[in-house]
Amino acid sequence: MSSQEKAPEGDLPETHGVDYDALEELLGDRVIRRESHLNAEGFVIRPDEVAGALDLLRNDAGFDHLSMVTAQDYEDRYESIYHLTKYDDRTQEVSVIVPTDLENPTSESAASVYKTAEWHEREAYDLVGIDYENHPDLRRILLPETWQGHPLSSDYDQDKPQVVTLEEHVNPVAESQEDPDSDTMFLNIGPHHPATHGVLHVKTVLDGEQVADVEPDIGYLHRCEEQMCQQGTYRHQIMPYPDRWDYSSAGLLNEWAYARVAEDLNDIEVPEYAQIIRTMSAELCRIAAHMLAVGTFCLDIYGDFTAIFMYAMRDREKTQNILEDLTGQRMMFNYFRLGGVVWDLPEPRDEFFEKIRDFMDDLPGTLEEYHDLITGNEIFQKRTIGTGVIDAETAKQYGCTGPVARASGIDYDLRRDDPYGYYDELDWDVVTEDGCDNFARLLVRMREVEESAKIIKQCVDLLEDWPEDERNIQSNVPRTLKPDADTEVYRAVEGAKGELGIYVRSDGTDKPGRFKIRSPCFNNLHSLEAMAEGEYVPDLVAALGSLDVILGEVDR
Amino acid sequence: MSNEPRDAITGSKEPQTKTREARIGTGGVDNRFNSKLREAFGSTPFILTKFDKFMNWVRGSSMFMLQFGIACCSIEMMHTYAVKHDLDRFGSGVPRASPRQADVMIVPGTIVSKFAPRMKRVYDQMPEPKFVVGMGSCTISGGPFQEGYNVIKGAEEVIPVDIHVPGCPPRPEALIYGVVKLQESIANGETSPVTVKPYELEQFGDLQRDELVEKLSEDIDEETLVMRYNWADSP
Repeated sequence: MSSQEKAPEGDLPETHGVDYDALEELLGDRVIRRESHLNAEGFVIRPDEVAGALDLLRNDAGFDHLSMVTAQDYEDRYESIYHLTKYDDRTQEVSVIVPTDLENPTSESAASVYKTAEWHEREAYDLVGIDYENHPDLRRILLPETWQGHPLSSDYDQDKPQVVTLEEHVNPVAESQEDPDSDTMFLNIGPHHPATHGVLHVKTVLDGEQVADVEPDIGYLHRCEEQMCQQGTYRHQIMPYPDRWDYSSAGLLNEWAYARVAEDLNDIEVPEYAQIIRTMSAELCRIAAHMLAVGTFCLDIYGDFTAIFMYAMRDREKTQNILEDLTGQRMMFNYFRLGGVVWDLPEPRDEFFEKIRDFMDDLPGTLEEYHDLITGNEIFQKRTIGTGVIDAETAKQYGCTGPVARASGIDYDLRRDDPYGYYDELDWDVVTEDGCDNFARLLVRMREVEESAKIIKQCVDLLEDWPEDERNIQSNVPRTLKPDADTEVYRAVEGAKGELGIYVRSDGTDKPGRFKIRSPCFNNLHSLEAMAEGEYVPDLVAALGSLDVILGEVDR
Repeated sequence: MSNEPRDAITGSKEPQTKTREARIGTGGVDNRFNSKLREAFGSTPFILTKFDKFMNWVRGSSMFMLQFGIACCSIEMMHTYAVKHDLDRFGSGVPRASPRQADVMIVPGTIVSKFAPRMKRVYDQMPEPKFVVGMGSCTISGGPFQEGYNVIKGAEEVIPVDIHVPGCPPRPEALIYGVVKLQESIANGETSPVTVKPYELEQFGDLQRDELVEKLSEDIDEETLVMRYNWADSP
């Protein structure tokens, strides 16, 4: 009901049925010792045994989802944490902690076990400076190749000058770009290109019309979100930043990710009334975000500012108006507070409910219109059905979540599987499709809009009948929050694009010691290579559009 | 609907005049071009103006925008182009995908170290005369991310900016106001772009040799274009 899962007596983490002793036995003498995080037990593993240990956990214990890799440095060591969980049961979690020494921070790569570790470890190398042995391609991922130092390690000097190059990119497949006999052609898509949804650069190698090799080059919008959050105090200074991760008006969904992790860390209860407001407003955000996804996807497919884009914008305006009435902002809401929300629904409440109801009543007709224009269109079907295919197993390897995973038939939604807010009290369904292609991903989004509408309607009914003297929007939260030193927690919510998680380690002050964001777009974008290689160029663009990446969230 | 032919086919052979009559009346003289202004000119429909003034007016009245999305602000920029706000009403709502066809670049978002050289290149590709609208706080100072290790402290460190629209992000109305203000100043021949200590694209070999350049000289060719950031001097 509330997002609070209270820790049982003695501060032991809630086990959710994971038999950690059995896991310890399974891992045998690879385990140096055990640690307790608020969300799960952690096993400390020797740095040269990482792949073996993860392989056991994946194949014998069923932890098939590497949610995130966190890297950080302490005074005496570097540490990588692999946050593992299961697609079948999100509440079962385990962390694998790999310490390495300061002089020679080298540990074994997990990329051979989980494909998704490839990018996560590149990021850890880039920002913190841990070397991963046996990694297939350990390069910087967010910062330019020529960058000096690792900015999230403690000895980094931010005032040092840096030199960044503007180079032509070299065709990785052909022997030489000038070679007239070469069969392949190198094509840069982006970073300034209408189809890349922002500043993404896709290095593409073409063999005729077909894509031989594709490599997303990200980091053109890496604006140091983790550093910003580590500099802010828990109580108020961090909350504005989540709005700017996934900026497709999905702000409240992101804020919830931070609210959830900070409330768990500080043991704050959220009143039921506030949870309903949160649920309702977050789902409005999901509608706005999915509308943008649908509109821009069609922009990619049809290639111009067509009617669908304008329709989607029109409907987004409606949601943004409602959200503006509620929060005072069109996009960067900053509406959630730890322990609740900042203010109650706007007066007169009837008018506000009426406005939401009007929108909800129009929605089925609007969606019908969309289906006429999009899914019923033969050209659209030709472009999207059977293109950009990714099967469930591959999607799991890449750590795909959200609509991308659900369109490949993976029945995984944190709102149901790891309930928070008011979702488990309401009647709604998780949408899945079996198409695995671009079309299925679009369908999932459009059907999720319907489900969100269902949730909103129920919330409005509840809020309308809520007794006036019980409208408690916020619990008592101390002015300054100082969680105990070395408390570690990883929590995720279902953002617009998938599993949006945050890891926080407290260091005894009122600011986080380490703040790591698990961005769903980052993982989803990694899977582009599986979707696009071997397909035609236009299908690459379609696949990219159907992934619905928001670069602010990819690069953070 | 029946399958019978329409009246227009089977009936009278006289030309259809309904539309024409609705537009120009039954008088038969099309006065669409004879506006109030035309009347004021009377029998000598000529005006005398300076060529520069005329050109400025033309320039300000029809501007092509570069379709250029960076970050959060680009979502509000899309809303500005789309229904309801419709920037095109003011003669400046035609987004062009290629910088070669654009007059105005709206910079909608945070500029980071990796993107600044690319943005400079895109700006250089635009034909003169060109104008820049800085949208949002990030293009003014780096905005909420100013303290980031990777964030350029404002668009003016890279390219000249004509108009700043503050906000995080600015509302579409604010962006429209900014663009219209830009058009106004262009029509009056007044724009004076501002650049603060610009970071230039230069060849690596031309950089002053210091510790950092020595260290990188193995990896970077002399002729490669680079941008050097002096973070310590940033505002």
